Amino acid sequence: MEIVLIIIGAILVNNVVFAQFLGICPFLGVSNKVSTSLGMGAAVVFVTTIAAVVAYLLQYYVLVPLGITYMQTIVFILVIASLVQMVELVIKKVSPVLYQALGIFLPLITTNCAVLGVAILLVQKEFDLLESVVFAFATAVGFALALVIFAGIRERLELENVPKALKGTPIALVVAGILAMAFMGFSGLV
Amino acid sequence: MKNTLLNMVLVLGAITLLASAGVGYVYKVTEEPIKLASQAAVMAALAEVLPPFDSTSVSEIAVDDIPVVVNTATQDGEVVGYAVETATKNGFSGEIRLMVGFDAQLRVVGVKVLQHAETPGLGDKMTEEGNPLFASVRDKNLGEMNLSVAKDGGDVDALTAATITSRAWVDAVGRAFRALGGSVDGSTGATSNVKSTEL
Amino acid sequence: MKKLNIILSGIVKNNPTFVLLLGMCPTLGTTTSALNGAGMGAATMAVLVLSNVVISMVKNLIPSKVRIPAYIVIIAAFVTIVELCMRAYLPDLYKTLGVFIPLIVVNCIILGRAEGFAAKNGVVDSALDGVGIGLGFTLSLTVVGAVREILGSGAIFGHKFITGDGMLIFVLAPGAFLVLGYLMVLFNKLTSK
Repeated sequence: MEIVLIIIGAILVNNVVFAQFLGICPFLGVSNKVSTSLGMGAAVVFVTTIAAVVAYLLQYYVLVPLGITYMQTIVFILVIASLVQMVELVIKKVSPVLYQALGIFLPLITTNCAVLGVAILLVQKEFDLLESVVFAFATAVGFALALVIFAGIRERLELENVPKALKGTPIALVVAGILAMAFMGFSGLV
Repeated sequence: MKNTLLNMVLVLGAITLLASAGVGYVYKVTEEPIKLASQAAVMAALAEVLPPFDSTSVSEIAVDDIPVVVNTATQDGEVVGYAVETATKNGFSGEIRLMVGFDAQLRVVGVKVLQHAETPGLGDKMTEEGNPLFASVRDKNLGEMNLSVAKDGGDVDALTAATITSRAWVDAVGRAFRALGGSVDGSTGATSNVKSTEL
Repeated sequence: MKKLNIILSGIVKNNPTFVLLLGMCPTLGTTTSALNGAGMGAATMAVLVLSNVVISMVKNLIPSKVRIPAYIVIIAAFVTIVELCMRAYLPDLYKTLGVFIPLIVVNCIILGRAEGFAAKNGVVDSALDGVGIGLGFTLSLTVVGAVREILGSGAIFGHKFITGDGMLIFVLAPGAFLVLGYLMVLFNKLTSK
């Protein structure tokens, strides 16, 4: 039951983009087309979930026993950066097809604060390993969901006659604001 | 510098080492102030919800699987009140932590919200002074009233348009009272029978 | 005069929020009030100036292939230092800003300036660039925070000037997007002349 609550909470109620404001840069940057946003979303789900497992193990088997939890930020960001590189190499070797689909998005993920954010949050919320994985996966799915919905709207927006001052980022932000309002409807679900 | 493997490893190693040393040093310097700051925060919360006191003792128990911290406040060796750090998971969004102050006769003296993520402007009104929730329980022994919101037939006036938050608040306050060994009308699941005198 | 220009360009011409569109997460996440926005801006500025200075000092010692990881370590170290200092001396502000303080590490502004300015310029200029961009960021965050606070809570810097409630939506998540979007329109209008 707890697990189901975590999933619904992370995807809909506390959506990482619309409620927690993490991963806004890729959200605004890679949301012009539905197809690219799907690729980016999948890459984020992949990396975030693995990063969560690694972050959890590091926190409770290295940082806590050594009493250096204050090194958390440095360790996590280094691990995520190298993890992204490693994932890139492995995918390239193992599945060229997947690499074709996700390849160009992987380097961008290092600076996606949602990945580091999830790693820090799962420690703060004192989740166990299973909860951490579920939380990370669901949060990333929430990100992908937000990205794809947003890309769909922006594809249509391209064809509309937007006032000059609002063109580009401003109108995107206004749209995101309205989407955030829609997502507020989910609050209280958990 | 040239991109030889040795160079790269050496430079990255040196930078990491220096950075860790720097952070470690600052950690040592700030360790004490950070501890003092969090103690000061607890003391400020205690002072806010308790009658005047000169020393406290702490004990931790679990009520319905939620950890509750009971601070017993004494003045000249005599118990003047209890400040109970309590929590609930029934809030609108996330956990709500409260510090509830009781006097020696277990009447509610003060309630301070330590942590919450309720909706600004609706649920977060529970943090304001003179909110209806606190006004309903102020100076009352919770065992002598029906501790639930008016909508559920109780004696507590809920916050406008924030029934879930109000119920959660009542839940947390009730838990604090049960931690002291009192029993609240209509409450279930009290697993703690800690007597106030044992604290 | 040239030195002053470095600072000024960070505030208007290269404004990190409204022109470069960097650091959007803290811009949206921490601006529920003017004071929170200012606090977040100041913390970011501290990291920015310190990392700019150190990176411009050591730039020639770092092999080009590992420069990004090296910069990230330096930045992460300063973020942790700022975080520890805030926990020790400004615990209340630290509590409000929460997870966004460690996330300064991945704020693209910092790495962007390290790579784009500090890696090519001297120590003094890099420090000034840090101050300028930092001020621009702080100013933007304070303005966004102030607008949200005025509309959402009817207050400014915590001083309430109306009785009752403001328009709640501006303090809530959607308000962040809307206010930033419309402020950007205003900024574009004013600077395009």
